[in-house]
Amino acid sequence: MISFFIGFWENVKIAVRALIQNKMRAVLTTLGIIIGVLTVVSVASIIEGLNKGFAKQIASLGSNTLYVQKFPWVSGDEWFKYRNRPNIEMKDAEYVRKYLKSVEAVSPSTGSRQNLKYAANSLLEIRVTGVTMESEKIEEYNIADGRYFNSIEIEKEKNNAVIGWEIMDKLFEGRNPIGQRMKVGDVSYTVIGVMGKRGSIMGESMDSEVYVPIGSLLKNFGVHRSIQIVVKVRDAAQVESVKDDVRFLMRTSRGLKPHEEDNFSINQQEAIMEMYNKLTSGLYTAAIGIGALSLLVGGIGIMNIMLVSVAERKNEIGIRMALGAKRKVITIQFIIESVIICTIGGLIAILLSYVVSQVISKVTPFPSVVPLWSVFMGLGFSTFIGLFFGIYPARKASKLDPIECLRYE
Amino acid sequence: MSNTLISLKDIVKTYQVGSVEVHALGGVNLQIHTNEYVSIMGPSGSGKSTLMNIIGCLDTPTSGVYELDQMPVHEMDDNQLAEIRNRKIGFVFQTFNLLPRANALHNVELPLIYSGISATKRKIMAEEALEKVGLSDRKHHRPNELSGGQRQRVAIARALVNNPSLILADEPTGNLDTKTGEEIMKILDNLHQMGNSIILVTHEKEVAEHAHRIVHIRDGNIADDEVLRKN
Repeated sequence: MISFFIGFWENVKIAVRALIQNKMRAVLTTLGIIIGVLTVVSVASIIEGLNKGFAKQIASLGSNTLYVQKFPWVSGDEWFKYRNRPNIEMKDAEYVRKYLKSVEAVSPSTGSRQNLKYAANSLLEIRVTGVTMESEKIEEYNIADGRYFNSIEIEKEKNNAVIGWEIMDKLFEGRNPIGQRMKVGDVSYTVIGVMGKRGSIMGESMDSEVYVPIGSLLKNFGVHRSIQIVVKVRDAAQVESVKDDVRFLMRTSRGLKPHEEDNFSINQQEAIMEMYNKLTSGLYTAAIGIGALSLLVGGIGIMNIMLVSVAERKNEIGIRMALGAKRKVITIQFIIESVIICTIGGLIAILLSYVVSQVISKVTPFPSVVPLWSVFMGLGFSTFIGLFFGIYPARKASKLDPIECLRYE
Repeated sequence: MSNTLISLKDIVKTYQVGSVEVHALGGVNLQIHTNEYVSIMGPSGSGKSTLMNIIGCLDTPTSGVYELDQMPVHEMDDNQLAEIRNRKIGFVFQTFNLLPRANALHNVELPLIYSGISATKRKIMAEEALEKVGLSDRKHHRPNELSGGQRQRVAIARALVNNPSLILADEPTGNLDTKTGEEIMKILDNLHQMGNSIILVTHEKEVAEHAHRIVHIRDGNIADDEVLRKN
């Protein structure tokens, strides 16, 4: 044991010295390890990024919220089957709202994209969301300046608007927008409020948005679009029973006979979360597959190079044995060398994956974060590969005949 | 009377080459005492190298009894042999056998690493050994920055550093010119004066005559054992 620990630092020094002598060879040898670890860590950081962005968005849908829509979020069926369904209209929403009891809020909602104009400034393709009184409660809106709509404005379908923080900044260039009139499409709207900062999700800013009464939106930008009905349940435990109630009310509203299928979908976060989990676990499986394969190839590369190293350094092995190195000590020396090569490869891969992660964050809308666990896993794997594939060459070195090795030049 | 350092009784070494048995040593008997200075001479193929490897604990005899410092070497396993080489024997080789990437100091420290001596103590001991061979000013040089004679002196320092019972020198002047060879032999003579036991393996008569006793090997047996002078 003593000889192991004393030998350990000596062996680390020996290995580092040997590596410095053969930098190029060491780098080429670790390529497989680098690719393997880089793949796993990069995919992990992309998924971690998705978790921070996409999953946050899914979570923002709220686990207590149901969405009645024309199309299901997740389906294995053909799309055209749903295309022929009737649009969901305000009358469906009003029917559900009227008869659905003991829920926190029911609100129709829909959106459109329109160009904005104010004085000489214009903004293209801005999201316009139709809202109701209940939307404020469901979405937890927070007004920074001015006010939210009152019930009369919603009911009378007034052409008033609440604008996002970025719209104020870009369209009004810092001027107080409250009371100003701007063009949404071809229609003139009066700004009554500014929304507090909401941040961005998946690269799309939630602050670059205009909110108008839903009636006004439908009236000005197309009555025939399908809307969605948002139902916020008080308690997660009630979600399933409320879902049944909503289904019954929708069927009644549409006059469906018992043998007829639903011609609407009730969507909830759970379904999309499921799909998301399936997608990420698929990605992980693929990454682990590619990673494992590269690590295997890398490991064989390490073994090969260590065998070459053992053959080249026969004389050194002979000298060490003659001077009293036990076979076990020689074994440990070469295993440590192999572990160090692989660990350095792992470290390079982790540094590279930080670079990759930065690049992904810069050029794609996905935020990418290298998770700490993947750093440790990457290092752990590369160390293990070094250990595992170092054993055979190291044992081979330790079994050499010192007399023959001393003769070797 | 001085103590027996090496006792070889009926040492036989047989190699299997294909289906043929080659008898490298055919029953060697030899006694060497502490502080003796002995040359082993013989032409190539005489079994001289085999004998040296067995004495140096790098190889084990097929049969026979070998005791070094009263310890039964012939019964030892690989680990015990490594320990004996480390503690009892200092090797000096014809081709120096230094680690090319390590400086002189590190080369001399090597046996101490394997005996588990601490780094600070190692450094002190290695510096002392280098001083004994007059290379204190070259301790940070690598072998390729040293002359042949200097390299062999590093090797001698390495052989000395563990205070071995025996210094085993295999053709120590074989790769050196005559003048440098003389210098190396002078160092070995001095080491003997200071009380070390030395075995010198050589085929050169002039070199062998530095010793006080010459053992001639021929065809795997001791042909002659002449004492040139008493210690």
